[in-house]
Amino acid sequence: MIAAIVVLSVMAGVSGLLLGFAAVRFKVEGDPIVDKIDAILPQTQCGQCGYPGCRPYAEAIAAGEADINQCPPGGENGVTALADLLGRDPKPLNAEHGAVKPKMVAVIDEQNCIGCTLCIQACPVDAILGAAKHMHTVIASECTGCELCIAPCPVDCIDMIPVAQTITTWKWTYPAVTAKAAA
Amino acid sequence: MSRLYPFHGGLKTVRHKTESNQWPIQQAALPRWLTVPLRQHIGAIAKPLVQAGDRVLKGQMIGQADGYISAAVHAPTSGVVAAVETRPVPHPSGLPDLCVVIDSDGEECWIEHEPVDYRALHPSELRNVLRNAGIVGLGGAAFPSAVKLNLSGQCEHLDTLILNGAECEPWITCDDRLMRERATGIVAGLQVMTCLLEPREVLIGIEDDKPEAIAAMAEACAGTGYQVRPIPTRYPSGSVKQLVKLLTGKETPVEGLPVDVGVQCFNAATAYTVHRAIDHGEPVISRVVTVTGHVSQPGNFEALLGTSFADLVEQCGGYREGVERLIMGGPMMGFALHSDEVPLTKAANCILAASAAELTPAQPVMPCIRCGACVDVCPADLLPQQLYWHARAKEFDKAQDYHLFSCIECGCCSAVCPSHIPLVQYYRYAKNEIWAQEKEKQKAELARQRHQARLERLEREKQEREAKLRQKAPAKTIKAAEASEAGIKLDIEAAVAHAKPHPPSSISSRAEEGESITDYSARTPALPVAEGGNQEPEPLSSKQDA
Ligand code: SF4
Ligand code: SF4
Ligand code: SF4
Ligand code: SF4
Repeated sequence: MIAAIVVLSVMAGVSGLLLGFAAVRFKVEGDPIVDKIDAILPQTQCGQCGYPGCRPYAEAIAAGEADINQCPPGGENGVTALADLLGRDPKPLNAEHGAVKPKMVAVIDEQNCIGCTLCIQACPVDAILGAAKHMHTVIASECTGCELCIAPCPVDCIDMIPVAQTITTWKWTYPAVTAKAAA
Repeated sequence: MSRLYPFHGGLKTVRHKTESNQWPIQQAALPRWLTVPLRQHIGAIAKPLVQAGDRVLKGQMIGQADGYISAAVHAPTSGVVAAVETRPVPHPSGLPDLCVVIDSDGEECWIEHEPVDYRALHPSELRNVLRNAGIVGLGGAAFPSAVKLNLSGQCEHLDTLILNGAECEPWITCDDRLMRERATGIVAGLQVMTCLLEPREVLIGIEDDKPEAIAAMAEACAGTGYQVRPIPTRYPSGSVKQLVKLLTGKETPVEGLPVDVGVQCFNAATAYTVHRAIDHGEPVISRVVTVTGHVSQPGNFEALLGTSFADLVEQCGGYREGVERLIMGGPMMGFALHSDEVPLTKAANCILAASAAELTPAQPVMPCIRCGACVDVCPADLLPQQLYWHARAKEFDKAQDYHLFSCIECGCCSAVCPSHIPLVQYYRYAKNEIWAQEKEKQKAELARQRHQARLERLEREKQEREAKLRQKAPAKTIKAAEASEAGIKLDIEAAVAHAKPHPPSSISSRAEEGESITDYSARTPALPVAEGGNQEPEPLSSKQDA
């Protein structure tokens, strides 16, 4: 009996030490919950949430400093996904941070671009190409539609245009079911 | 010997074959204008090789396969390219796609072409010949055949090659007529496929409501060892996984392909185009299409790709009174068209002008009563009511747990549902949403990486600047540098602040500028790559966006 107790206590002690060692030795770099939140955010990097990018917003949510409904590009689906992840109740988007808009892409008017490079400095995903004093251009497939390049342009030559629907992006819609009538 | 292994479920549908299969295939008239879509297949759109003003010959390649899963496109007749632009194409969305419009000169002047001695070619060369001939599955899916004819990496050795002549959709008869009239051509094409795949056996599945086709194919197969297997008339026996089960007893894995169990399957009309490509050197520029339903004289036409549906209907004597909907494909798996001014494509096996009599009247939808009728008919062995439940609630994860992607959208469940629930519409919706979310995730991940790379670059530049300044020492300049750093930060903050309230004037919609977007992205690959790499230029698809 006593032998059993001793053996078990020793085993428990050893495993405790092992676990403690493992926790220190194999500590995961970065914060997994922040990564998970960041993976849900749309990565538009527009700052509408009040933070300078999606990752800082993810960190703020994880730290309990920001609410989950501050990202308009993520839309209601994004809020629901965050709520699911964090075990909270979904809520409507906070209108203070802007409304959901259709997807847009930036276009630079080549005639008027003076090559000042200010938009390049503003673009969070390096979607703009060009050198000083040369015409600049937006790589449409990389542009997230964040609109951060609009304000810095001194000659106002950048416009946001809606992303047109094509055969490859078209989707079947939710069935419009005729309301059930009394049979 | 010829044992069959019935698949679960399925339906006995009312047949409407005799409306169109009583007459031989007719040659459709050569139209003045041909609108040839560059995307007539699954995979990447073909790269245009011609521009407006170019003279083209019949059979000349006008669109090149772009990537492994893609197919070439050819000029169906000789003439002058009038335009390379987006035009309406047969698609459920009604959206336009990039097409080459040819003003035909009426001379049908062929480009130089000659038969290919396929036995002398290395398999990969032979596959290339077929790839450059634009051969895709003509049963409706339009998957590039050369890909399916390459077993390497997919399967060690092929047990069975199946030729699909089931044609289970109630109205379609183009394969029926083709097998009756051109059986030797089909078998010749099958021989080329056999040469590439070296299967242990070759089975030809044909529904038993086509006795003439069965007889013709059996005669053509004499001496080849290929076996014609009549199969019971039961929809959807022409669906690949069901046909594989029926003929071989093998179950294709849920997320897999028949090749995973050593079976490969091709449509009868596809084999015929292989024969034309090899024995005549002709690429795919025409196909046989059934035009049926509420038209004066239904029938089968061999028509040039790019011929408008309206033209074909005209050649059937026009619409009869009371047409409510034009459907491409059959009533079970096809889709409604927005207009008849769309061109014939490789995937178009049937044009059905449906009147009220052919359409199931729209009945009020009632709640699911969990009767299980849908489960009994589902040929994919799914639980349609569970799929419906989750798709309706937009619980896509759970729908996938019930194998949403194994659904072949055959429509059996919708057809029998006593509550008239448009079940298939829910499945299509759910599949599309899942794909779109997947794409968006990939795009977001790319943006995240690019953003990360940018932050790292800025940090590196900052450190380099500081290091340089420190070398030159004076403390003053370091302060100045810090000040300018702070200035940049302020700029960013200002931009962030701006991003919140957007002056509506800056979002003027300038659709007419679309052209210039195309130019940008088309030029992108030649421009220096921005740091953060991972460029994924899509010049052609963004051309679509224009
Ligand atoms: S609002 Fe913009 S920056 Fe903030 S999380 Fe959403 S996409 Fe990212
Ligand atoms: S180009 Fe403009 S809108 Fe597009 S990602 Fe860059 S800053 Fe944002
Ligand atoms: S057939 Fe219709 S009502 Fe019956 S279980 Fe299926 S979905 Fe529900
Ligand atoms: S449409 Fe899908 S769920 Fe319905 S019967 Fe066919 S395979 Fe089954």
